[in-house]
Amino acid sequence: MPLQSLDIKRRSATTTPSPSVRAPASGEVAKLIDVSKCIGCKACQTACMEWNDLRDEVGTTSGVYDNPRDLTEHSWTVMRFSEYENTESGNLEWLIRKDGCMHCEDPGCLKACPSPGAIVQYTNGIVDFHEENCIGCGYCVSGCPFDVPRISKKDHKAYKCTLCSDRVAVGQEPACVKSCPTGAIMFGTKQAMKDQAEERIEDLKERGFAKAGLYDPAGVGGTHVMYVLHHADQPSLYHGLPDNPKISPMVSLWKGAAKPLAMAALGIAALGSLFHYITKGPNEVSKELEDEMERKDREALEKEDAP
Amino acid sequence: MTRSPRDLPRYTPSERANHWVVGICFILLALSGLAFFHPAFFPLTALFGGGPWTRILHPYVGLVMEVFFVVMALRFWRLNVIEPRDVEWLKNTPKLIDGNDEDMPEQGKYNGGQKLLFWGLVAGMLLMLASGLLMWRAWLNLPVGLVRAASVLHAAAAVWMIGLIILHIYAAIWTRGTLRAMLYGTVTRAWAKQHHRLWYRKMTGDNS
Repeated sequence: MPLQSLDIKRRSATTTPSPSVRAPASGEVAKLIDVSKCIGCKACQTACMEWNDLRDEVGTTSGVYDNPRDLTEHSWTVMRFSEYENTESGNLEWLIRKDGCMHCEDPGCLKACPSPGAIVQYTNGIVDFHEENCIGCGYCVSGCPFDVPRISKKDHKAYKCTLCSDRVAVGQEPACVKSCPTGAIMFGTKQAMKDQAEERIEDLKERGFAKAGLYDPAGVGGTHVMYVLHHADQPSLYHGLPDNPKISPMVSLWKGAAKPLAMAALGIAALGSLFHYITKGPNEVSKELEDEMERKDREALEKEDAP
Repeated sequence: MTRSPRDLPRYTPSERANHWVVGICFILLALSGLAFFHPAFFPLTALFGGGPWTRILHPYVGLVMEVFFVVMALRFWRLNVIEPRDVEWLKNTPKLIDGNDEDMPEQGKYNGGQKLLFWGLVAGMLLMLASGLLMWRAWLNLPVGLVRAASVLHAAAAVWMIGLIILHIYAAIWTRGTLRAMLYGTVTRAWAKQHHRLWYRKMTGDNS
């Protein structure tokens, strides 16, 4: 992360524009993962660990190829292996998907984050966590439609794939892209990646995958990590990739309409009280009653004092 | 402290301390909770030592408040059972708000409004506790759908609670001579006769 960024499109818990004068003239970036070309070698996972200096705990084998079993604060990308019996073709298909942050155009994590500047979206589309501003509340986990952010048990900060924002900032491709031996992971402008995907999809269709297509879900405004899927009609085949991801209505309500409504309600209660006092005056004991009771008090005390 | 031997005791020292523990916790929780709820209030985290400290402290303060609130509710719930005369009183609240509390129906230790507030707070406290626990990521990692629903509920219940407490504080300031009941425990006989005549009669035996 540079000391100063002039290319911030969106910033968490911030209601005024951030410095955004700098934007890539060639357009936003995207990573394209061609699932049909992936051989599951995990070179991308290794490259990610290496570039970002992350070492996950060595786990135990559990009978599947997924290793580690899930994303963690140390594993920002994980290969997900799914076995799919295609009843149409009679083939057993081994669907391998590189899981990690999708870098949504409309990021649920950023919407949910309460800490100013803990999550930013750059003008090139990358969604990045700035952990020095992270307070560890986990709201990003609630906001994410893809179950990506992980809170570290050690420092209680949220971590996820940065799309190698540090490499991209100096004109390099993400580490995973560089390491992929089959060219299944590609990187470029979003438009270039869409064009590339189109060619691949055509090719796949010719090879019998009639439902091949691009995964760039509109529900989150599109993503800056896209997949070419052989079965684009059933994304959930790929280890539960959401068919139609969008920010949960609960999160939209909580971090949307609820905020002005709550502020208005509390403002009315507070100001209403103040102006009620000013217009109606205090609720005092009536003068008549006060005099009467004072007299009674005096009499009672005199009686006590009398011998 | 007794200002006059004729003053009527309304709250024991233990009841007052109990109330203020809950009150202080509530203020701390409202300030820290609002900081998480709306960016405009995020600077309030500075009062608690920054964002991470606010996140760490908020749930523990919440638990302290809940424990002391349960004790307080057990002490006062019997006095807050809604009776027919409370409904009558509530029907007359427009008159009260208009500044005329002369011919309000006679009330016991608590009036209908105070009783409604009591049960509103009991409901709010229960919702806050349940939803807050579900959101407590330091200890629990529950299914995301549940946490999302809890987050909405926690925010809604918090607005409900803060709103009630604003009215609670205002009513205490507006009705002169009330604050001292929670500060040093007594009220004047005139105050009692004007605002809680049935309670006044019970306390003094004066049926005039």
